[in-house]
Amino acid sequence: MIIDARGSYCPGPLMELIKAMKKAKVGEVLEVLSSDASSAKDIPEWVKKSGHELLEVKNEGDHWRIVVRKVK
Amino acid sequence: MRIAIVGGGVAGTLTANYLAMRLREELRSKKLEILLISEREKMLYEPGLLYLIFNRVEEKDIVKELKLLLDPGVKLLIGKAEKLDLENQKVLMKNESIDYDYLVIATGSRIVPEEIPGLVETGHWFYDLEGAKRLRNELANFKKGKVVVSVMGIPHKCPVAPIEVTFLLHDFFKLHGIRKDVEIVYTYPVNRVFTMGNVSELVEQMFADRKISSRLFFNPVEVDAKKKEIVTLEGEREKFDLLVAIPPHKGAKIIIDSGINEDGWVPTEKFTLKVKGYDNVFALGDTTDLPISKAGSVAHFQAEVLAENISAEIKGLPPTARYFGKAMCFIETGFDEATYIWFDYETPPRFVKPNKFTHWMKIAYNRMFWLTARGIL
Ligand SMILES: Cc1cc2nc3c(=O)[nH]c(=O)nc-3n(C[C@H](O)[C@H](O)[C@H](O)COP(=O)(O)OP(=O)(O)OC[C@H]3O[C@@H](n4cnc5c(N)ncnc54)[C@H](O)[C@@H]3O)c2cc1C
Repeated sequence: MIIDARGSYCPGPLMELIKAMKKAKVGEVLEVLSSDASSAKDIPEWVKKSGHELLEVKNEGDHWRIVVRKVK
Repeated sequence: MRIAIVGGGVAGTLTANYLAMRLREELRSKKLEILLISEREKMLYEPGLLYLIFNRVEEKDIVKELKLLLDPGVKLLIGKAEKLDLENQKVLMKNESIDYDYLVIATGSRIVPEEIPGLVETGHWFYDLEGAKRLRNELANFKKGKVVVSVMGIPHKCPVAPIEVTFLLHDFFKLHGIRKDVEIVYTYPVNRVFTMGNVSELVEQMFADRKISSRLFFNPVEVDAKKKEIVTLEGEREKFDLLVAIPPHKGAKIIIDSGINEDGWVPTEKFTLKVKGYDNVFALGDTTDLPISKAGSVAHFQAEVLAENISAEIKGLPPTARYFGKAMCFIETGFDEATYIWFDYETPPRFVKPNKFTHWMKIAYNRMFWLTARGIL
């Protein structure tokens, strides 16, 4: 599942991910696209706290791609 | 020609009044109708709810008849719009269909406490009149225990209100001599106490001074009514004796029913406030999807821009006004001090040291608001 939060500002992308996480099934992979640099810090921190798995954080030029697997 | 405005909150009422003032001639010659469609006959001054829970104001101080606030040039239709048909330029009511030349969507936002299981049964809030009255009675009887102020979703109306209520609760319990018997905890969805960095820093310091603790990255999914605990997506549980929730918010049902957006936020162009894809449809106030606070001050500043541009178009003048994200919020830091922040799309807020003068300005504005609603101030 891709969450395209480009153009949205902190904490928009994180809140979009949280909304999607509530609905996602365990094992599902979610990909967040964010043009807000703080997402690259905040989202991994949240993923760590909530015990999910961070698969990738990548700078793709004009945006970041953050990939997460729902673990529980 | 008709301008239809849906929603009689701050955004819709101010837009209607400003338009009427600018289009006096067109209204007089009956070339134009300004129609305000509102499902409520009264307007609630929501910021007053923060004071109502401490019985500093009463219902009659913060609720006024809409028709008394409107310019005589504005036609008021009380009723619920069922659907917006943007393609065919119609607003559908239960028994009639209203054509428009210009449409202004001002349907605001609403709380959806029912989306957190257990919250309606066990929690309190001050984000609507009924909830605020219940909380007022509860607070008057509260003697000791743990109070949790919990923000259950972003975005919500008035970003600073949860912080203000936390400060006021502290002062209220102190005033009643029971602060030592009450623990106050504040929870927020992201990893700081507020979305904006510098505001967070000040508030964190003030929380520390007042021995208010906070839980961050805290996203409630359920309230366990039996155990009186909040359960979070992150897997935590937090006990409470009194839960003061800021329930999740959505845009109006009509936006969802009209297929405009699944959460009710209208896709809006940030400078012109045009609904994306339409030249004669505008949105303002809480209903937009703009990255700006859901605040009455925002609705106020946006209404000025919209009224200027729509009236210019009608008169054949260039519609060059732009909304630049201007917002202003007072922040009550207690019962006798406050600060305030100004910001826009590009300028982060800066603020003054909390002081008495700003607090009294806010108290005065609570009364002056009715002049703002009429389009005077
Ligand atoms: C506790 C609290 C404190 C606040 N404090 C502040 C503050 O200090 N400063 C500040 O600037 N802001 C504050 N706010 C926020 C402010 O009240 C809102 O941002 C503002 O009211 C938004 O105005 P609006 O007109 O966009 O939306 P609303 O006020 O939500 O109005 C929308 C209107 O549209 C109507 N409507 C919806 N759907 C339909 C339909 N289908 N047909 C007909 N009518 C419809 C609704 O009934 C409602 O009357 C506070 C809010 C709360 C709850």
